[in-house]
Amino acid sequence: MADPMKIRAQMKGDVTEVRVLMGHAMETGQRKDAAGKAIPAHFIQSMTVDVGGKRMVDAQIGTSISRNPVFGFKMKGAKAGDKVVVSWVDNKGDKRTDEATVA
Amino acid sequence: MKFSIVAIAALAAAWAGTALAQAKDPTIAGIEKYREMLGDDNPAELYEARGEQAWKKKAGPKNVSLENCDLGLGPGVVKGAYAQTPRYFADVDRVMDMETRINWCRMTQQGISEADIRKRPFGSADKPSEIEDLLTYVVTASKGMTMNVPSNHPKERAAYELGQAVFHMRAGPYDFSCATCHGEDNLRIRLQELPNLTKSEDAKRAYIGWPAYRVSTSRVHTMQWRINDCFRQQRLPEPRYMSEAVNALITYMAQTGNGAEYKGPALKR
Repeated sequence: MADPMKIRAQMKGDVTEVRVLMGHAMETGQRKDAAGKAIPAHFIQSMTVDVGGKRMVDAQIGTSISRNPVFGFKMKGAKAGDKVVVSWVDNKGDKRTDEATVA
Repeated sequence: MKFSIVAIAALAAAWAGTALAQAKDPTIAGIEKYREMLGDDNPAELYEARGEQAWKKKAGPKNVSLENCDLGLGPGVVKGAYAQTPRYFADVDRVMDMETRINWCRMTQQGISEADIRKRPFGSADKPSEIEDLLTYVVTASKGMTMNVPSNHPKERAAYELGQAVFHMRAGPYDFSCATCHGEDNLRIRLQELPNLTKSEDAKRAYIGWPAYRVSTSRVHTMQWRINDCFRQQRLPEPRYMSEAVNALITYMAQTGNGAEYKGPALKR
């Protein structure tokens, strides 16, 4: 089971700033372990962010993203109290969904 | 004539000074901008969350949690404890830094053997060690507080003196001491600025920079690890984890750089 995500969603004027910290190994498949064996790829493949019930981000991401990635974006049209739901699925089928509210 | 030469020399020196400062600025500014972009989103938070669970979980041969561990402010008090370490602990009659103290609690309260604790103090990105999680949790509870490292007890002063002596002791194949790199202003390794740890201003900045999450290694490093790695860089024999010498060095730094606001685990390149 993956670590819980940390989600921050804050109103700054009429702009909402959403920032998500995900705990994931994001292994590229290119690295080798001490014994010289390739470490199998293990990375988040798709990620979605829903704000106030509306899909705001539907992203396909890959191995160029760092371990424990931080994903942030700004949007208009949300208001305080809106629910932010972030989900990801990795290439091994492991998934995680966390929520927060816009403050 | 002589006067103008002096004037030119002075001008040249001034120019060289500003050129040097300017040459340094973009990189430092770049690193600072990068930190600002990441803002509060420090992956150390993932360690903190795990650490909090580990703190409250019953573990070890005695199957107890660490919730009664005395970190200096009384049993079970975590908030603000880190800001007052390293300090003298009467129950062990020695000065300990926070990492040593948490491990001491794991040994005495949970019954984990010292050998087990020494086996793997520094984890990897794939497998963090438990102390890194626990320490990140404890230090985060002092976020926003002012470092108030005590130095009244004779043993706290003795640890400072010993730390200062170790700091200036030249040894190893390079005949290095800590002071070789950290005893002068404006030194650097490649593009990394080296703090002058004999000065309060620099020591403040450096001391609150640990423990830190390093993006290049994708994990949290502790101050004990930092000292260990400084010894490696000097090609000295590996210092013993939680030893008096390492704790003294940390105490020397902490007391020299006392009084800064602790901002939580740092984020480094």
